[in-house]
Amino acid sequence: MKLPGWKEMTIGGVITNPGNSLEYKTGDWKVLMPVINQEKCIRCRICWYVCPDSAILELDKPYTTKAKRVYKISYDVNYDFCKGCGMCAQECPAKAIDMVPVEVS
Amino acid sequence: MEAAQEVKSKRPIPLSTNYAVAHAAKDLDVDVVAAYPITPQTTVVEKLSEFVANGELDAEFIHVESEHSALSATLAASLTGARAFTATASQGLALMHEILHVASGLRAPIVMSVAMRALSAPISIWNDQTDLFNARDAGWIIYFVHTAQEAYDTVIQAYRLAEDRGVMLPVMVGYDGYVMSHTTEPVVVEDRASVLKFAPKRPYPYRLDPDKPVTIGPIVPPEYYYELKYQQVKAMEGVPEKAEDVDREFQKAFGRGYGIMECYMCEGADALIVANASYAATLKSVLPDAWREGLKVGLLRLRLYRPFPAKHFVNYTSNVKSVLVIDRAISYGAPYQGPLANEIAGLKVREDLGFNLTSAVAGIGQRAMEPEDFLALARLAWEARTRRYPETIFYGVRE
Amino acid sequence: MAQQAGKSLRIKSLFDLPREELFISGHGLCAGCTAGTIMRMLTKVAGKDTIIVNATGCVEVATTRYPYSNWLVPWFHSAFENAGASASGIARTIEVLKRKGVIPKDKQAKVVVVAGDGGTVDIGLQSLSGMLERRDPVMYVLYDNEAYMNTGIQRSGATPFHAWTTTTPTGKVWRGEWRTKKDIAMIVAAHRIPYVATANPAYPQDMVNKFARGLEVLDEGPSFIHVLMACTTGWRFDPALGITISRLATETGVFPLYEIDHGNFRVTFPVAKRKPVSEYLKLQGRFAHLTPAEIEEIQKLVNERVAEINKLAGKEVIGPVAK
Repeated sequence: MKLPGWKEMTIGGVITNPGNSLEYKTGDWKVLMPVINQEKCIRCRICWYVCPDSAILELDKPYTTKAKRVYKISYDVNYDFCKGCGMCAQECPAKAIDMVPVEVS
Repeated sequence: MEAAQEVKSKRPIPLSTNYAVAHAAKDLDVDVVAAYPITPQTTVVEKLSEFVANGELDAEFIHVESEHSALSATLAASLTGARAFTATASQGLALMHEILHVASGLRAPIVMSVAMRALSAPISIWNDQTDLFNARDAGWIIYFVHTAQEAYDTVIQAYRLAEDRGVMLPVMVGYDGYVMSHTTEPVVVEDRASVLKFAPKRPYPYRLDPDKPVTIGPIVPPEYYYELKYQQVKAMEGVPEKAEDVDREFQKAFGRGYGIMECYMCEGADALIVANASYAATLKSVLPDAWREGLKVGLLRLRLYRPFPAKHFVNYTSNVKSVLVIDRAISYGAPYQGPLANEIAGLKVREDLGFNLTSAVAGIGQRAMEPEDFLALARLAWEARTRRYPETIFYGVRE
Repeated sequence: MAQQAGKSLRIKSLFDLPREELFISGHGLCAGCTAGTIMRMLTKVAGKDTIIVNATGCVEVATTRYPYSNWLVPWFHSAFENAGASASGIARTIEVLKRKGVIPKDKQAKVVVVAGDGGTVDIGLQSLSGMLERRDPVMYVLYDNEAYMNTGIQRSGATPFHAWTTTTPTGKVWRGEWRTKKDIAMIVAAHRIPYVATANPAYPQDMVNKFARGLEVLDEGPSFIHVLMACTTGWRFDPALGITISRLATETGVFPLYEIDHGNFRVTFPVAKRKPVSEYLKLQGRFAHLTPAEIEEIQKLVNERVAEINKLAGKEVIGPVAK
């Protein structure tokens, strides 16, 4: 990666395009990763709430459980940024999240 | 660019340098003043409060609880798009030192007046230039002024310079505390419309605004830090020329100009004294006596100090045999123990200049210097044409 | 001194929170750092029309490592001890620029400080006090992880009794910190500002609504929210336990949740029967050295503090320790 010279950088180190942190993928930090069981998940939003990294995505993705329970939304994990802290699994009232070891390929 | 304005003859009013500075800030329609009282700057902020209290200046006057907060608030205000001003001296300048570097590093177009005063310990409320010289490497543009009029004019020029998109550096305007801050001189003050025409507001370009979010003041790792500091180097490099342009424009607009370095009675001089602020003013009245004595000693008045006007200095000293530098601060243990002398020694070597350099420290803690003392220094400068004084002379100290 | 704050978001359930993230992924906070949770919620409540003033510390350093930033709102940092003064400068600039017609008078721009305990109760105390005393319209959010965490877990004025830190380690002579935690919320309350509150991310509605209230009062004056920020790295606990431990802090009476709204003191989360403080302490490595007698000392301190709170409330809102 070619680093910018003094002429190209905004003066004073101002970051004029905040939100570029999406380029810094912290997903490789984790050794454990959360797996959400869509059957058990009661869509309470708690995992989405606690995650410090906004790595629990709330999707407008309907889901019907085997017991015919219909949900309008589903939660999924953004593994690009999930650091594997496990707070989601810890706080989930339905015990719908398992922390499993990351597979080292 | 500026159309030549008719230079009307305006009646001066009696103002101390402190009040002149306050008037300038008022006429520049500053938006925010965050300042803390400290001798001998205090009447600057008192006068500014009066202006705001009377509705003559519409500004937010932030009564901060320390000088560190004064500059912090001024800086943050500037980066939010305000034309922001503060004033300080001595311990206050020392206390805000950390933020001096932050302000220049964040490229804030702030102007600050400094009524130069000695630094504790021992505590002294009296004038010397230790406080400002202690801050010389913080990346600020620095002017020394020698009259109340020049103080008024320079604060105005300072905003024009600071807010220039190619500069974006904070500016310090230094003058001698008490000797200038509290003595009255005739000052022509301009009207706000003319001042704003000369120095229209050009707020900081990346200001904090929810419509266009930016991140100001991130932590910068080694891969990037150096280039950001080098930007400051390059901005400084462009300043002497821009400062001269601004001064020339000011001369056209208001009929008063100073240049960035003044050579007074230099024509035919064999020796020069480098001095600034009030000592330069006094020397202007003493040097004619020196010439009458046969001492052809001129004055190099330092106005722009950071960046140092090297080109002008080289030109003015090309034919002299002796340069005596008067310092109002001590650089303990340095090769020359006057900080200005040290810098000029560097320039002398760099440009291979042929004069003898003499370093004199004087007026520490506002130790009185009478006209005879200045005459004595002129004699010293004269003698130094053929005699070398390698050790710094601490003029006036009692053994 | 008008600052249009307007009606702020209030929630009854988590689903009242907007989905949009203004504090996004890609920051360098530790895995399990509850500050991430707090910042996400703060920015959701405050919304896009917010200017964040961030003192030096964990949040500042981890979220703005040049050239990256994860703040989608304007954000400013200049130094460690001057968040209060900086916020004053920004808030007052917005006022004068509105008055001078440079920016529209109805433009919303709330000024919110985010600072840690080090930058607030110690080095930043003077600057905070000045800002409060001047009544500058700023909401100051203190995320309190009870030590100088960013520099590696050194004690601060907010470090609790007997806590291990790198500058109050346990050894033959010292048993961790020997002084009690500085009661910053009460110091701030003594400035008689419109709104002071303690908050805890383990109580989302309570915390979010306190942020909302703090923003609402800005047209009257400043507000201060003291948020407990459990720190996995400094308090030495499994990264998954941040919210759990935060919850225990309130359940044991260590961190009571209250607000002082225009002088009216109210405990916002009464605890009928407190859990013994040992439940809170035993999960944290920084208290692992404690003897039963030392735990009892801490329990006594908690009991005293709870009694003070109940006195202020005028009734027993935090009950005795459950047997």
